[in-house]
Amino acid sequence: MTDADTGRGAAPSPAPDHRAAARRRHARSIAGTLLSLALTMLGLLLVTFIIGRVMPIDPVLKVVGDRATQAQYDAAYQAMGLDRPLVVQFIRYLGEVLTGDFGRSISTGQLVVDDIRRVFPATVELATLGTLIGVAIGVPLGVIAAARRGGAIDQVARVVALVGYSMPIFWLGLMGLLVFYGILGWVGGPGRQGIIYDGMVPTVTGLILVDSLIAGDWGAFRDAFSHIILPASLLGYFSLAYISRMTRSFMLEQLSAEYITTARVKGLSERAVIWRHAFRNIQIPLITVIALSFGSLLEGSVLTEIIFSWPGLGQYITKALLSGDMNAVLGGTVVVGTCFVLLNLLSDILYRVLDPRSK
Amino acid sequence: MLKVENLNVWFGHAPDRVDAVKQASFHVAEGESFGLVGESGSGKSTILRAIAGLIDTWSGRIEVAGRPLNARRRDLAFYKTVQMVFQDPYASLHPRHSVDAVLSETLRLQGMDDIDRRIARLLDDVGLGRGFRFRYPHQLSGGQRQRVAIARALAAEPRLLLLDEPTSALDVSVQAEILNLLSDLRAEHGLTYVMVSHDLAVVGHMCDRLAVMQGGSIVETMNVDALRQGTASQDYTRQLIAASRGYARA
Repeated sequence: MTDADTGRGAAPSPAPDHRAAARRRHARSIAGTLLSLALTMLGLLLVTFIIGRVMPIDPVLKVVGDRATQAQYDAAYQAMGLDRPLVVQFIRYLGEVLTGDFGRSISTGQLVVDDIRRVFPATVELATLGTLIGVAIGVPLGVIAAARRGGAIDQVARVVALVGYSMPIFWLGLMGLLVFYGILGWVGGPGRQGIIYDGMVPTVTGLILVDSLIAGDWGAFRDAFSHIILPASLLGYFSLAYISRMTRSFMLEQLSAEYITTARVKGLSERAVIWRHAFRNIQIPLITVIALSFGSLLEGSVLTEIIFSWPGLGQYITKALLSGDMNAVLGGTVVVGTCFVLLNLLSDILYRVLDPRSK
Repeated sequence: MLKVENLNVWFGHAPDRVDAVKQASFHVAEGESFGLVGESGSGKSTILRAIAGLIDTWSGRIEVAGRPLNARRRDLAFYKTVQMVFQDPYASLHPRHSVDAVLSETLRLQGMDDIDRRIARLLDDVGLGRGFRFRYPHQLSGGQRQRVAIARALAAEPRLLLLDEPTSALDVSVQAEILNLLSDLRAEHGLTYVMVSHDLAVVGHMCDRLAVMQGGSIVETMNVDALRQGTASQDYTRQLIAASRGYARA
């Protein structure tokens, strides 16, 4: 019998140099995370840069127009730096992006940064509310479905998720508008606000729900809420379908683990076994699922935004793409890509916060 | 302390129904250490699980400390009397609960006071220093984990401990430590053991009496002296003894 195994001879607290080593390890892992973050961003910008160069759209022609002379064309060509080597162009592009300069949008005639500042909060507001709905319903549904595997709730959850996956969102959106706006009149119609309230709330965050609360304008809040609730529920339903299935499979994996049997033998109630023991252990993978689903709502709700005339990023990028407005497309893509990178970083940080073993 | 009569345990529904235990009966007196041996799938662990309330598809009669058990529900008082230690200490401890959390949860559940002092004593009892209190399972060796699992079972101050192959996932050298620890604890706390093992040497070392199982039935209940002398009345038991000796020589 060794001391190390019985612990009788082991020191009760780690020696100071162990703690210093742990701190160093910690610092190194943060530095590593930041480095990989920087590399990911560089890769993202490289990809958008290359896309901008290989697109069969002549950026010079877009600026000078069809009727420009060859001399005008060449002058613009040089002014845009397109005669320089690609590496130089890329470095210049990096510099521009880092200072927040994405150029001017051809279709709106405004700086792309300003456009994005206007449309992105609309998308964030919609995606956030959608994800909140998806999490608030999807997670408990998945947990209960796993706990009552094969039972009625499990079957209902399966059908709900299957419908969520397979129904085209534009159809559900149109039906929702027809029923809840057209027939029942329960919700506001397309757009973010009714005409009366349009532009009435001073912009602080760009999120109208938040801004109207800051302004203390309950009428504007109710109006904005009645406009957002239908598209947000729709997006919430789609993320619910995914989140509830993932939650269920994570939970089934945990519930079959032997430490759950141990918890039952302790005499814990089934509720405590499920929520305190099993659910605590799936929080970490669940965070990744939720973060990715949030990210996909940030970029991918184009159809919803078009159906509900929601002035968001998805609609902005799509319109820009259709009119060959590359500055706007690249700017929007960089924003969406950055969001994904940041969400991944956030879920990494939450991993550490939620895992007691990392303390 | 424990009476099992005509116990049947089954899984699934007909026609896929599997009868894991058939008409098993045995008695364990207070303070006794009783072994259940048999090959894999003979139903020995299933009996323990049925007693512990982890399986509800059983019939027959199980009595613990004079109280007959209900098929489904076990109350908190039951888990104060009966606790279980599992085979694999790598799987049976919650990976995100520190030793402190593991022990204090059981203590709080049983409404005990003075939790700090009790945890310190439990850790002493199982031969772990107090420095282990705030460690997590991944920071412990297999033997240390099993000590924590035993401390967790003892936290409720049970009278009957169900041991499901408590050493078979451990190294041989650590096995002996855990077995000695279990023997010492039984003497100190006056515990009753029911121990499942496929290892006759372990049962011979730990138990007073044992039941030999084959294919879900108890073929023979015998004294441990009879086991040592090899005077079993059933063919199967003799084969089992011979097989284990052959294994020991190899």
